[in-house]
Amino acid sequence: MGKLNYRVVIFMLAFAFGVIFSIPSLIQSNSGKKITLGLDLQGGLHLLLGIKTEDALKSYTKSLVSTAKFALDKKDIVIDDINIDVDMNKSIDKASFTVVDEDEVQNAVKTLKDTLKDIDVKANGTKVTLILPQKEIKKITNKAINQAVETIRNRLNQFGLAEPMVAKQGKDKILVEVPGVKTEEEKARIKKLIAKTAHLQLMAVDEDRAARVDSMTPQEARKYGDVILPDVKHPQIKYLVRAIPVLDGSMLTDAKSVYDKNGQPMITFALNGEGAKIFAAFTEKAAPTRARLAIVLDNKVYSAPHINERIGGGRGQITGGFTINEANDVAIALRSGALLAPVFIMEERSIGPSLGKDSIIASSIALISGFALVFLFMMFYYGMAGVIADIALVANLFLIIAIMSLFGATLTLPGMAGIVLTVGMAVDANVIINERIRELLHEGKSVAKAIEDGYSNAFTAIWDANVTTLIASTLLFFYGTGPIKGFAVTMTIGIMASMLTAILGTHGLYELLLPKIKKDKLGFWFGIKEAK
Amino acid sequence: MELFKYKKPIPLMSKAKYFGLLSLSVVILSWVLIFTKGFNYGIDFAGGTLIQVKYDKKAPIKEIRAKLSSVKKYENASVTNFGSDKEIVIRTKSSSGNVDKDVGKEVANLLKGTGNLVIRRVDMVGPKIGSELREKGLKATLFAIIGILIYLTFRFEWRFALASVIALIHDVSIAMGAIALLQVPFNLDILAAILTILGYSLNDTIIVFDRIREGIVKMKSHFNLGEIIDDSVTRTLSRTTLTSLTTFFVVFVLYLFGGEILKGFSFTLLVGVVVGTYSSIFIASPVLMWLGFDVKGYKEALAEKKKREMEKEKLRNQFEQGVV
Repeated sequence: MGKLNYRVVIFMLAFAFGVIFSIPSLIQSNSGKKITLGLDLQGGLHLLLGIKTEDALKSYTKSLVSTAKFALDKKDIVIDDINIDVDMNKSIDKASFTVVDEDEVQNAVKTLKDTLKDIDVKANGTKVTLILPQKEIKKITNKAINQAVETIRNRLNQFGLAEPMVAKQGKDKILVEVPGVKTEEEKARIKKLIAKTAHLQLMAVDEDRAARVDSMTPQEARKYGDVILPDVKHPQIKYLVRAIPVLDGSMLTDAKSVYDKNGQPMITFALNGEGAKIFAAFTEKAAPTRARLAIVLDNKVYSAPHINERIGGGRGQITGGFTINEANDVAIALRSGALLAPVFIMEERSIGPSLGKDSIIASSIALISGFALVFLFMMFYYGMAGVIADIALVANLFLIIAIMSLFGATLTLPGMAGIVLTVGMAVDANVIINERIRELLHEGKSVAKAIEDGYSNAFTAIWDANVTTLIASTLLFFYGTGPIKGFAVTMTIGIMASMLTAILGTHGLYELLLPKIKKDKLGFWFGIKEAK
Repeated sequence: MELFKYKKPIPLMSKAKYFGLLSLSVVILSWVLIFTKGFNYGIDFAGGTLIQVKYDKKAPIKEIRAKLSSVKKYENASVTNFGSDKEIVIRTKSSSGNVDKDVGKEVANLLKGTGNLVIRRVDMVGPKIGSELREKGLKATLFAIIGILIYLTFRFEWRFALASVIALIHDVSIAMGAIALLQVPFNLDILAAILTILGYSLNDTIIVFDRIREGIVKMKSHFNLGEIIDDSVTRTLSRTTLTSLTTFFVVFVLYLFGGEILKGFSFTLLVGVVVGTYSSIFIASPVLMWLGFDVKGYKEALAEKKKREMEKEKLRNQFEQGVV
């Protein structure tokens, strides 16, 4: 046996490193760093969501008008003809109304300028316009996205699934990944939970005109500052309510699903201090006429009880014939806050767990049989030189798994394909080297000289070839998405690891074995006829 | 075992124009196919919805089609077997942005009564994402080619770089032609396969070019590029074939056993490996010759470079010894 050289020592260390750090992934232990399986292998739901920013602006403008109205009410300034105009294409976002008493216009503008600091307030005759400046629009859109990410994350966490991932992607997209979704029902429920705007509004019923609601058009309702909303269970039943809500979900502090005394699931909620005050003031005013207050969730009326007395304490309830799952999900959605704007699907990929399992089996079969073929071929064609290449190949595989485990990289189905491909391409370096060595042996060089020169002659070609492949796989990584990224990851790691194992490692092994390699046994060692 | 033992150079360059003509016609045919027949863009790039359904026995395709066509949204959906006769794929060009409605559940309800089924996969890509992915894919391919061109010019000479890129365009064109011919759904995985072919084809070409470069330096009295190329190609023939063989093995195994999802990907690679091997032997090197690579000039440049280095060395030695 030859002396231990630095090459073989490095190779053995790398081999040991590979084996040790790939163990947690291979035996799927609970401790230690492991490779994460991609959604396409373990099953799950991948969603890329967009957000309807116009709606965020619209509801922001609405609440702006609410605040304006509240501030003006305090000074006994009456306004009418409220109009909200949002056009994303023209980047217009404004609200206008008229001040009923002409003499109060200046006073109104001053009040509004003091209350709404970042908004442009303009007056033209009795018409007052509130305009959102560009900067403010950007701020609101940004906030809507960030808040949606936060809210969806909260909701999924409370739903109780393992490791959901919610992240902002690019400027205006939200990436949601939920592994381990088992059934279509579960998936549908998760999507419902994500989609729920959970916009709770308490709206006063317009009792003066409510009787005419069935014959009223939306345009007519708008003229009165009202909207027509359907009942949640019986959409044919309509309610006429004031467009500006008394309160909304932003003043909510808690929501729970409970059973009422008849055993029906319902949701109770609590309001914060300010909300409780507004609620109390409203109920005090409404009690004498037994006016109704509609409880509206996502533009559907759940109930509209008569107000009989002033209600302090700021507690309320939503009943409406929920199932217990629905009540749970609505409570989660209310607790984690409303979405400032509804989200929509830009991309959905969902894989059932059984397909993931099938993919793992199929790609593993491909990996094992591809590996076996290459392994045997190298041994058969090159003799011991092939076995040395095979040892390097095994080390390469362990290294890929170990490095991926340490970085917590995700293994996808294309990633598996990348590993299979690496098996075929990693031996390339050894084929080049072995061919060079054979050539030199044919020329009658000594074994030691042939090995030394074989490696140095082969090196530039292997290097250049690997660098160009790396350029391609790196670009694939940066421009690829989802599973394709996984392919680039395994390819890149595989190529880099192969430089260590197939070039340095095998060279070290040759040096170690050199004293044993006899010139009259070239058939055994290099698979060629003995040199004469 | 030894399949290719070097005895004397195989006279390939004298036949180069026949290979050139063959390749040119196949490439043109591929382009014609690409431009007339076009690609069957899958949902990744075109947008749309794909639903994979598995039955516990043979899938009743006729019944499924009838059920689907009763709903407007699925009127024009295509239903095909996927891998086995138990499994089907439903494809539509439309997608829905509505988070509240689940397509998988919708289809499961729609197909009630056609047998025991599971929805195995739903892929839905909106139109905006489709065009975004297409743009990203195009960029990746373009940048990869430019990056490689720059690296090769730096490592070899511009004619080497250009010749290898021509070989590369040859390989990618034919692989894409095959995809267009067989109407393989063009998705992200096909793009990944094409980028892999790009890397692989170059890999092969570079090994041969590296030998040619070495041959130019070694064969002192030779100025005939054709002879140098013949010698280099013959000497690397063994390696080129063997590596292609091992790569072909694994890709073929992937095609056979890797599952239906990887079929398009491994098919594209299969074509790429075969064409890439052929082009590195029969196309890349002749192109180098046709580009008018100047052996004498290259040698002179190399000699000049060496001379300069030696002079520098001499000066340095003199400087260190304190002669200057």
